[in-house]
Amino acid sequence: MPDDAESLIQLNGIDRTFTLGDSQVHALRNVNLNINRGEYIAVMGPSGSGKSTLLNLIGLLDRADAGTYQLEGRDVTTLDPNEQAKVRSERIGFIFQSFHLVPRLTAAANIELPLTLSGMPSAERAKRVSQALKEYGLTDRAHHRPNELSGGQRQRVAIARATILRPAVLLADEPTGNLDRVTGEEVVKLLEALNAQGMTLIVVTHDQALGARARRQIRMDDGGIVSDVTKSPDAATPGIVTPNIAPTNLATPDSVTPDLAT
Amino acid sequence: MLLTDSSRFAIQAITSHRMRSFLTLLGIAVGIAAVILLTSIGEGVHQFVLAEFTQFGTNVIGIAPGKVKTGGQPPTGIPTTARLLTMEDAQSLKQLPQVTGSSPMVWGNSEVESNGRLRRTTIYGVDADFIHVFSAKVQIGNSLPREGAGSSRAFVVLGSKLRNELFGTANPLGARVRIGGLHFRVIGVMAPKGQFLGIDLDDTAFIPAQRAMELYNREGLTEIHVLYAEGASAATVAAAVKKRLALRHGHEDFTVTTQEDMLKTLSNILNILTMAVGALGGISLLVGAVGIVTIMTISVTERTNEIGLLVALGARRRTILNLFLSEAVMLAALGGILGLLLGIGLAQVLRLALPAFPVHTPWSFAVGALAMSAVIGLLAGVLPARSASRLDPIDALRAE
Repeated sequence: MPDDAESLIQLNGIDRTFTLGDSQVHALRNVNLNINRGEYIAVMGPSGSGKSTLLNLIGLLDRADAGTYQLEGRDVTTLDPNEQAKVRSERIGFIFQSFHLVPRLTAAANIELPLTLSGMPSAERAKRVSQALKEYGLTDRAHHRPNELSGGQRQRVAIARATILRPAVLLADEPTGNLDRVTGEEVVKLLEALNAQGMTLIVVTHDQALGARARRQIRMDDGGIVSDVTKSPDAATPGIVTPNIAPTNLATPDSVTPDLAT
Repeated sequence: MLLTDSSRFAIQAITSHRMRSFLTLLGIAVGIAAVILLTSIGEGVHQFVLAEFTQFGTNVIGIAPGKVKTGGQPPTGIPTTARLLTMEDAQSLKQLPQVTGSSPMVWGNSEVESNGRLRRTTIYGVDADFIHVFSAKVQIGNSLPREGAGSSRAFVVLGSKLRNELFGTANPLGARVRIGGLHFRVIGVMAPKGQFLGIDLDDTAFIPAQRAMELYNREGLTEIHVLYAEGASAATVAAAVKKRLALRHGHEDFTVTTQEDMLKTLSNILNILTMAVGALGGISLLVGAVGIVTIMTISVTERTNEIGLLVALGARRRTILNLFLSEAVMLAALGGILGLLLGIGLAQVLRLALPAFPVHTPWSFAVGALAMSAVIGLLAGVLPARSASRLDPIDALRAE
């Protein structure tokens, strides 16, 4: 096995509680999770199980009430908002169920948005955007607005936008939820291709079929991780179940297989 | 985020709702146009009134007999115990440094008869310097000659209207005119000068002051006007005049009024008037500003999703604040430009429709109006932009 066990994301004893009216909702309880670079992970579970909260926390859109979060070896738990924004901009890509394209901007301008926000000079941006449009087969749709694009094209624009700054991790929240089966399949293939190029991919989904494609499958319920299964690269071998019970027991899969060559 | 990018982003946001943005900026435009138009009228009136008062020149000092006391200045023409101003006083003042002329003045109202016609008109007794003091011009013939006191000949210079009334188009030069009980020979006609505060300055006749004193049986002058060199200090000249006359009279029994002081006071009053009408226009500007607050608040609510997205894409809070602020400023500034054009356009239309109505738009007002609209946009944008920058990104992304 190559030296690919480099840890990308490390969550230790993460707690997150929301106050809804008078009641306290434990969105995450004592979550320990280690994610290595290049992994392909599906997070599954019923509504309210805390999977979206986990994704938001990893994406630095939310803060933990307790516990620590290390991204690429750096403790990002206590970063100030501006530093968090910088990390989001450079290291994290988001893909949403409803695409979240800015309706008045063209496909090209939507893809350009992260570059614009980062203050990159316009000549450099144009180069990167045209490159991205080519890679995602959107060159002829560059000057169309989102309402002139099909669902699949919209999600491709969103993926191009999420990946244009080459983030370390791609966070996808129900990426196929608003797509029909065929276009959903295309989008998943696209995400898997990105993962094959080495980008860490975390997909939150209800869709069992989609979740089953991931090499590592995490199931959540009531704010905790109830199962963490990593499939062997060989489809014939069943996955190994590592229940995440003890707080000290990091949910580290014992057979991580980012065998990218295959 | 670069400034050009955030400006473009703001413009795209504005143009994506054309109608709504237009109506919002129209609110500001109407306010700015109202301010521009009203202050233009105010400024026009200001300039008009000042021009009325300065048509005799601004570098004039008036000297009236009698001293202002608590009881007030005695009305001119009524004998007082004060020593009278004399022709000699006027002569003496001509020699002061920086004084370029001084004209005695005695005025009254008499019947003027010539060419078989009779007309009652205002008679000014003056001397050769009056033409400079009044900034007047002779149209035909000559002005009154420069003659020593006591030897002035019986010449008259007619105002243009008086000439028309008495002589029509006939040449009046050399004609004999009877004023009161005295006879005069016409040596010139003044160029038309128009009206001053309702007094027709052309329905007049100018005769030597000596003759006017005879005519009206007076021993002193009604007033002396001193003209001083352009650029000289009014206060210095006024002081010199006071000193000279005090020396001649033994004490200060006269009143010196500089045109400059009078104009300054007048100008201040007119400025307040301009500001007051400008403030009236400002009320409509305030309404326009409320429109911007409203539309920006709606915009933030509508674009909650987008704000969440921007945060997810790595936008700082400050960037989001700036985006919405620049959108508000841009709206207001566009409204300001439109209002400026509207205001100046209306002022021009008004000028064409009512040529007599004084309207004047100074550039400083135009620039000020634009700056003001930008500031209004900034103030109106603060609240919505702050609420945008404080949104929780998770809620914002989830909002539909």
